[in-house]
Amino acid sequence: MNKQQGIEEAIAQIPHGAVIMVGGFGSPGTPFSLINELLRQGQKNLTLIKNDANEKSVGISKLIENGQVSKLITTHIGLNKGVIEMMNSGTLDVEFHPQGILAEKIRIAGSGCFGFLSDIGLDSEITNSSQLIEWQGKTLKVESALGAQYALIHAERADPYGNLVYSSSAMNFCPLMAMAADHVIAETPHVERIGDLMPESIHTPCVFVSAIVHLDTLTKEYDVMEARFGY
Amino acid sequence: MDIDKIAKRASQEIRAGQVINLGIGLPTMVMEYLPDDLEVLIHSENGVLGTWKKTPRELARPQLIDAGGNYITMRDGGSIFDSAVSFAIIRRAKLDLSIMGAFEVDQQGNLANWKIPGRFSPGIGGAMELAQKTTKVIVLCTHNDKYGKPKILRNCTLPLTGAHCVSRIITDKAVMDVSKDGLILREMSSNMELIDLISQTEADLIIPNNMERF
Repeated sequence: MNKQQGIEEAIAQIPHGAVIMVGGFGSPGTPFSLINELLRQGQKNLTLIKNDANEKSVGISKLIENGQVSKLITTHIGLNKGVIEMMNSGTLDVEFHPQGILAEKIRIAGSGCFGFLSDIGLDSEITNSSQLIEWQGKTLKVESALGAQYALIHAERADPYGNLVYSSSAMNFCPLMAMAADHVIAETPHVERIGDLMPESIHTPCVFVSAIVHLDTLTKEYDVMEARFGY
Repeated sequence: MDIDKIAKRASQEIRAGQVINLGIGLPTMVMEYLPDDLEVLIHSENGVLGTWKKTPRELARPQLIDAGGNYITMRDGGSIFDSAVSFAIIRRAKLDLSIMGAFEVDQQGNLANWKIPGRFSPGIGGAMELAQKTTKVIVLCTHNDKYGKPKILRNCTLPLTGAHCVSRIITDKAVMDVSKDGLILREMSSNMELIDLISQTEADLIIPNNMERF
């Protein structure tokens, strides 16, 4: 039941054309080391699902700038002008969702269901009439569950079984994505012994996790301001 | 600075006991004008209830940011949760007030702030759910864009974030309330003449007798 793997081995399982969820909201929760290994290995034609595009030359922005990503499913890329320009020029396909709707689509996939009904944005251009149904006297939008083949997650702590604990606002999409992908790779700077994590403090139970990658050090990317301004 | 004036004026909208979301950029600046003993809970989309003022980098926890990517502190009584819970709070209408930015806003209370087709489309983020589900939405923006064109319109031209969702608009030049007959001018900047304000505003302005200065 020991799921620890080396980073090269863990990322090498991802093929060209994979659909990959990436945890993180801005920097916290973003698995920078797993992303950097994906950059090094060079898998192409990827579809990424992430809240945002990180900032220029940081996180998944590196994969996008390197031409490895054909489609980005996201909510907000306002802090990354380069990615907006790639979207405008047609070199990157970007699909926007309201942030909580994206979270819920992922949560629903992770709970083994197929969709839900929402009243968000019915009058806006993100809705077309084929998505609307009448339900109990209301007009509502059918939102499909959104799963993926892979999820890349950063956890503050883990154990060899794959139990995960997140830190502070690095939680964000991570526990949702960790349940919604077929193959979940989690990186962490702290691998504890079996039994050392308090059972009731575990955010993601190990059954959802496929691989644990232990990080010896955290690069400067993990520090928001370091990444942004190069202090 | 215009934006400091807007943020300072907007801070007066916040009351003790409220649960509030502040949007990225200008709305987040409002927090810096709040007294430290004001009992409020500020929600940030990335999963924090109880965010508080920015913290110097040397005191920051790298894993604790607000939705705009600023290192923040937290108030006692705050909580941290995942993104699904964060938006359950919004869609279940647990926020009393949402303060948001705008590319355009109009006299029907329509808001456009996510897409300028072909130019600058930051994306929806939390804006659609906040605009649609928050009890009270206040928009902050400069009165005119950098070319001097009005942002306060009769009808928004950009794709909408939310329809009929805005109740108050605060700019560097005016404070206006949305009504079915047009925008009611509640306050005007102390350095403005009424004739200039009208010429710099596309929306129909209703001027009450008790209009104040700020």
